[in-house]
Amino acid sequence: MRRRLLIGIALMFMTLFLAIPLLTVFAQALARGAAAYLAAITEPAALSAIKLTLTVAAISVPVNLVFGVAAAWAIAKFNFRGKSTLITLIDLPFAISPVIAGLMFILLFGTNGWFGGFLRTHHIHVVFAVPGIVLATIFVTFPFIARELIPVMQSQGNDDEETALSLGATGWQTFWRVTLPNIRWGLLYGVLLCNARAMGEFGAVSVVSGHVRGLTNTMPLHVEILYNDYNYTAAFAVASLLALLALLTLAGKSFLEWRQPELRRTGHARQRPKGGKR
Amino acid sequence: MDAFAAPRPRRVLPGFGLTLGYTMVYLSLIVLIPLSAVFIRSLGLGWLHFYEAVTAPRVLASLRLSFSASLVAAVINAVFGLIIAWVLVRYTFPFKRVADAMVDLPFALPTAVAGIALTALYAPHGWLGRGFALLGVKVAFTPLGIVVALTFIGLPFVVRTLQPVIEDLDREVEQAAWTLGASPVQTFVSVMLPVLWPPMLTGFALAFARALGEYGSVIFIAGNMPKSTEIAPLLIVTKLEQYDYAGAAAIAVVMMVLSFAIMLGINALQNWAITRHGER
Repeated sequence: MRRRLLIGIALMFMTLFLAIPLLTVFAQALARGAAAYLAAITEPAALSAIKLTLTVAAISVPVNLVFGVAAAWAIAKFNFRGKSTLITLIDLPFAISPVIAGLMFILLFGTNGWFGGFLRTHHIHVVFAVPGIVLATIFVTFPFIARELIPVMQSQGNDDEETALSLGATGWQTFWRVTLPNIRWGLLYGVLLCNARAMGEFGAVSVVSGHVRGLTNTMPLHVEILYNDYNYTAAFAVASLLALLALLTLAGKSFLEWRQPELRRTGHARQRPKGGKR
Repeated sequence: MDAFAAPRPRRVLPGFGLTLGYTMVYLSLIVLIPLSAVFIRSLGLGWLHFYEAVTAPRVLASLRLSFSASLVAAVINAVFGLIIAWVLVRYTFPFKRVADAMVDLPFALPTAVAGIALTALYAPHGWLGRGFALLGVKVAFTPLGIVVALTFIGLPFVVRTLQPVIEDLDREVEQAAWTLGASPVQTFVSVMLPVLWPPMLTGFALAFARALGEYGSVIFIAGNMPKSTEIAPLLIVTKLEQYDYAGAAAIAVVMMVLSFAIMLGINALQNWAITRHGER
């Protein structure tokens, strides 16, 4: 009885807040039929938004991947003073509103910003242009990969690497042949989450983009423009592509958690305090 | 602690200088320097103007709205998050794996997509809005709509913080309480709640902090009327569009100081809960 009641409440809440909004996206996208749907996602502005979104993700994810591996190596493999402060600083972007993230780059590179004069005399566009969008995206996705890799590397310890080194491998050989295969699932997990956020980021990108249609519009921004133009079907059509990406991300995430159950515990919600039971 | 317990092991692995150096440089360039720009820019106002900028009625109204709507949403998430986490760990039912994966939807779905979907649902002629309209309740374009969007955004935090804790709960203690004649409510209050409330508070605070800064999912459903349905992040955007950079930075500083205070509170709470748990 109690069991049924609790399951009922949980599923009702999840249906109301998760399932119905998701279904709405697809229902609205297809409300005017498949032809209108296809037209909306293949018109030039939509295609250029898709292209920009892919470009931004293709730059920001690898950049944060290199950082994530470096940070995890330093933090997980060595003891040093100020380590916990460093971890807190890496987490900072999670605690900062995306709007403030965008604001930061306007203050630095905008017309009245610190480097605004220099950029203007050299005809370099950062804000209201693609570099600003990339910077804002790198900022909001900054912690994702590092935060997944640190606990994975910590739990594996240094034994494998030390063995490889004592057998005569160089540092790089050890990294490529020992460490990387050991952390591959955690790495993929981080990349997956980082990519989802990079492609879907709205607030930070909206602040720095300047909304130049067909030039600085990512997919989420294109959705906003269409929606504000009362072009609902087209807005939901482009939104449905992002919803598909979200579903693929969730499926990939579940698969990786099935392969490597520890990943669940390190998840993005919050790292579990160390030294607990188990 | 480890550092004192044993003599520091010799560093055998290479790459410490390289990776730590790279981490520090990258962190400074992407996070620390840009962030300091916000503080320095707002200081440029001088204390008097800073105070005036953040206590203008429109600013105060937006901060009040952001904080209260985030608080309500986080409370809703704490309650329903506990139920969902409990159900997902303790019971089996059809499509449980799908339900479990779906909990992360708010993390994976771009906020703008969530925003337009919720607005379409709760608008006066939307699927759910129509029902609420019959009851005389307006959801979209009112503070209630903001709470709906923030509840959506914050849901995974509480569930994901609680799940591992519920998995680790010792069922024998519960059963012992049962056999000793405790009622379900007594068992929950005196056996489970002492262990569950610290992670519940952590999840609550995380959901609250996230809701405070949220923009994309809110602006579509909010209505965005100054002094009534305008959230603080939106006001920052508005100030920027009016080229009031210092004013925007001042609101940002107030929001960040308040949310850092919350994060510090979470950490203190966690540490306290861990030491307490350790003593038990």
